Amino acid sequence: MQLLNKAFVIAWKDILSETRAREIISSVLVFAVLVIVIFNFAFSGSQQEMRALAPGILWVTFSFAGVLSLNRSFIQEKEEGCLEGLMICPVSREAIYLGKMMSSLFFMLLIEAIVLPAFVLFFNVNVITLPIITLTLLATIGFVAVGTLFSALAVNTRAREMVLPILFFPIISPVIISAVSASELTLNGAPWSELASWVGIIAAFDVIFLTASYLIFGFIVEE
Amino acid sequence: MADADKPAIEVRGLTKSFGNNLALGGIDLEVETGKTLAVFGPNGAGKTTLIKILASIMKPTAGDVSINGLSLKDNAEAIRSHIGIVSHQTFLYGNLSAYENLRFYSRMYDVPHYQKRIKQVAAMVGMESRLYDRVGTLSRGMQQRFSIARALLHNPDIVLLDEPETGLDQQAIAMLWELLKEDSGKKRSVIFTSHSLERGLKACDELIIINKGKIACCRPGNTLDLCGLEQLYKENTGSVNATA
Repeated sequence: MQLLNKAFVIAWKDILSETRAREIISSVLVFAVLVIVIFNFAFSGSQQEMRALAPGILWVTFSFAGVLSLNRSFIQEKEEGCLEGLMICPVSREAIYLGKMMSSLFFMLLIEAIVLPAFVLFFNVNVITLPIITLTLLATIGFVAVGTLFSALAVNTRAREMVLPILFFPIISPVIISAVSASELTLNGAPWSELASWVGIIAAFDVIFLTASYLIFGFIVEE
Repeated sequence: MADADKPAIEVRGLTKSFGNNLALGGIDLEVETGKTLAVFGPNGAGKTTLIKILASIMKPTAGDVSINGLSLKDNAEAIRSHIGIVSHQTFLYGNLSAYENLRFYSRMYDVPHYQKRIKQVAAMVGMESRLYDRVGTLSRGMQQRFSIARALLHNPDIVLLDEPETGLDQQAIAMLWELLKEDSGKKRSVIFTSHSLERGLKACDELIIINKGKIACCRPGNTLDLCGLEQLYKENTGSVNATA
């Protein structure tokens, strides 16, 4: 309980800081909507064709917006040595990881909650369905679990904006591939049972990488 | 938590290397409870690395650190609640107000009745009137005052200071040393690094000079005057860069 309590304190601090600065939400949201607008101009076709393209466009938007958001996650901790300030607190490194992960998850889900209706508006494809929302939630958990770890790793490098996507995308590709495939199936009217294998892959990824990142985080920030 | 028989801080064979670069090469030192140790040395001597290891921000390559008789390796989390650190970086979030920063750290340290304590430490550093201002809008010296308030928030037994005078005016520097001596009548053990030999000599009970990651010299503070320390510093570092 103590671990979760401290993690919530850290996450709340990030959310409070974001409400003041609006560095993540506003910039990432503008970027995500721009991506959708560009794709909307680039691809125009029948409803059937748009339904085939929609999963790819949706997950490209989420992935790029997610990397942009995760890049900012540890930058504010780097300014004025705040990460060291966290590390001298009497809390475990795991609590710091969970706190940072929870705030990144909150920001990403908030952005996705705004992007999904915008997507419907621009492409006239209904992506606000229970299967898509479930997939988005599951994939985002895996996304931020790995992303928080790599963000902590990348923040100490000189070219951090480039390092994060280079490290991150190869690892996260199973989640993106599974999410795109499952979204394609559900948009074509496939039942839950047909999505199960893809959902299973994403859920397994979440469990494995959340556990691994939770355990590795301490070594990354201390070395 | 303090063990009366044990020194407040005990370091044995502390070594830290970054790849092939040896930052600390077998440091041994002890600080008794309530005593102040000054660490002098040129840039790159290993002073900040030593402070970071004692604060458990960084892991040593080899060696042992004990705080109040407890091994830092096995009790890092418990030990951290007894340590306050002031660095040349403030550890404060620029987007939040000073109050929000102090409230955040109070919750991290489980400070009881934190609203009262925040106001108390803000008053101690003479910054009550700016408590609700955003840290990013404050001058460097004001931020550093709040950084001192942050370090003292949980009333630590041990204070580690890494060039704490950065950005502080003369009045604030004097206040810093007063605060370290007097807060709730607590006898604090202090380790500080400084480039100012004069101020360091005034504040310490004992001093060490580090050069190239090793303790080049160790003396009780009261056995030296400023000229003697300058001479000693020059002999042990080959440098006259430390400001008197």
